[in-house]
Amino acid sequence: MNATNPNQSEITDTRLLLLSPRDNVFVLRGAIEAGETIMVSGVQVSFEARIGLGHKVARSAILAATKVLKYGAPIGSATRDIDIGEHVHIANLKSDYTATHSLEEAKTEYAIGLKGRET
Amino acid sequence: MSMRGYLRSDGRKGIRNILAVAYLVECAHHVAREIVIPSRKDAHLIGFPGCFPNEYAQRMMEKLCTHPNVGAVLLVSLGCESFNRYQLEKIIADSGRPVKTLVIQQGGGTLTSIDDGRDWVAAQVVLLKQAAAVPMEISELTIGTVCGGSDGTSGITGNPAAGHAFDQLVAAGATCIFEETGELIGCEEIMADRAVTPELADELRASVKKAERYYDTLGFGSFAAGNAEGGLTTIEEKSMGAYAKSGMSAISGLIKPGDIPAKGGLYLMDVVPDGEVRFGFPNISDNAEIVEMMASGAHMTLFVTGRGSVVGSAISPVIKIAANPKMYERLSEDMDINAGRILDGHASISEVGDEIFELVKTVASGTKSKSEQLGHTEFILTYKSFEPIGPACLPI
Repeated sequence: MNATNPNQSEITDTRLLLLSPRDNVFVLRGAIEAGETIMVSGVQVSFEARIGLGHKVARSAILAATKVLKYGAPIGSATRDIDIGEHVHIANLKSDYTATHSLEEAKTEYAIGLKGRET
Repeated sequence: MSMRGYLRSDGRKGIRNILAVAYLVECAHHVAREIVIPSRKDAHLIGFPGCFPNEYAQRMMEKLCTHPNVGAVLLVSLGCESFNRYQLEKIIADSGRPVKTLVIQQGGGTLTSIDDGRDWVAAQVVLLKQAAAVPMEISELTIGTVCGGSDGTSGITGNPAAGHAFDQLVAAGATCIFEETGELIGCEEIMADRAVTPELADELRASVKKAERYYDTLGFGSFAAGNAEGGLTTIEEKSMGAYAKSGMSAISGLIKPGDIPAKGGLYLMDVVPDGEVRFGFPNISDNAEIVEMMASGAHMTLFVTGRGSVVGSAISPVIKIAANPKMYERLSEDMDINAGRILDGHASISEVGDEIFELVKTVASGTKSKSEQLGHTEFILTYKSFEPIGPACLPI
């Protein structure tokens, strides 16, 4: 990180909530809209897609097969390298216990969009 | 407001004086439902749909029909089902509650049975309303907690706030129950550290291990598609959030559905059946969990929701705690508490926890929760099988 300003890495958009100092993800306390550029751990990150309230973004780069930490506890392993600020979810994080069931594929297949829906 | 309760013969006190109408097989469901309709505010419908006998369902119905919030019971039988209605009626009668069994095949069919049932219910409701209440302490309350329709906000607002309320209830001597071992996968070690004895710690770990194996066999975790849409990615992430409902108190014991703790404290309810996987998913939806905590005496349930569940329950009031501030805006008519304010920075976890604790006392004193006002009386009971708990589960 920036040697002349050790606090640089702490500059983060106020919508990103850090639950434990050990965590490598932030939780969104408000949605980030598509097209926004915000600060994540001192780095400017642009978002192509909207990310909803309660979702997670990477606080730092996370290597494939390493543990993702939230509440200071492991919540699964990265399935590929994750960039700083990237949305951390079912496409790049898997359970170390039981696989997760979601309707993401069904939604795409049957084209039921979530457009305009606030979550 | 001072708390008052209806004293039952086993020493427990009810915060409501409900008449339960219980169908003993799906074939009697219609008649039972029709009987309840004119008295919906005072009579609640419960029941078991299966025709095959099941020890768990029998025990659950016995515990529910003698729940402290229940003052009288009408059993509705078709007549040829396997449910042991004789034993159930005797247990209710022995508890000192008025009870009547309507057997449709003996009584003259649908309309005659409905008329007979309505007459009996109307007469009993008059008596229930005249019943005298006695003073009641917080230490005499049993409170359960569930989360349903969880999202990424549940574990950082509503669940820790419910945990804070639990800490105050336990400190005041109340009995508090948290559950769904399938939603504690990944938390087993930190949870075991809170057990009052090392032997109980082993039992807590084993209960989560059992849940993990059970869900693994079924191929699904206790994780719905809407959880992922709300930002939760894995079962262990959902678990960490759900675990926060238990607060910080020491864990006094491990119970199974229908076990009634003899003294106050915090208890984990093991809801995953014992033995080989049978009868499908442990709890097919949130109300199955509420019903099991009621069978263990819960007077009331704290229900934390992020996505926005609208359910209530028969017999015991449900307090709805909205974790997500956006959802609260949409569903405020269903929500008792807005814990989403924590996310907006408008309230702290302890402030919302205090608010929940105060509301528990208010609802226990007779004020209706939102789901009660709206007439929600959901109920579900399905097949399961359990072994009795071991001696280390309820340390002296």
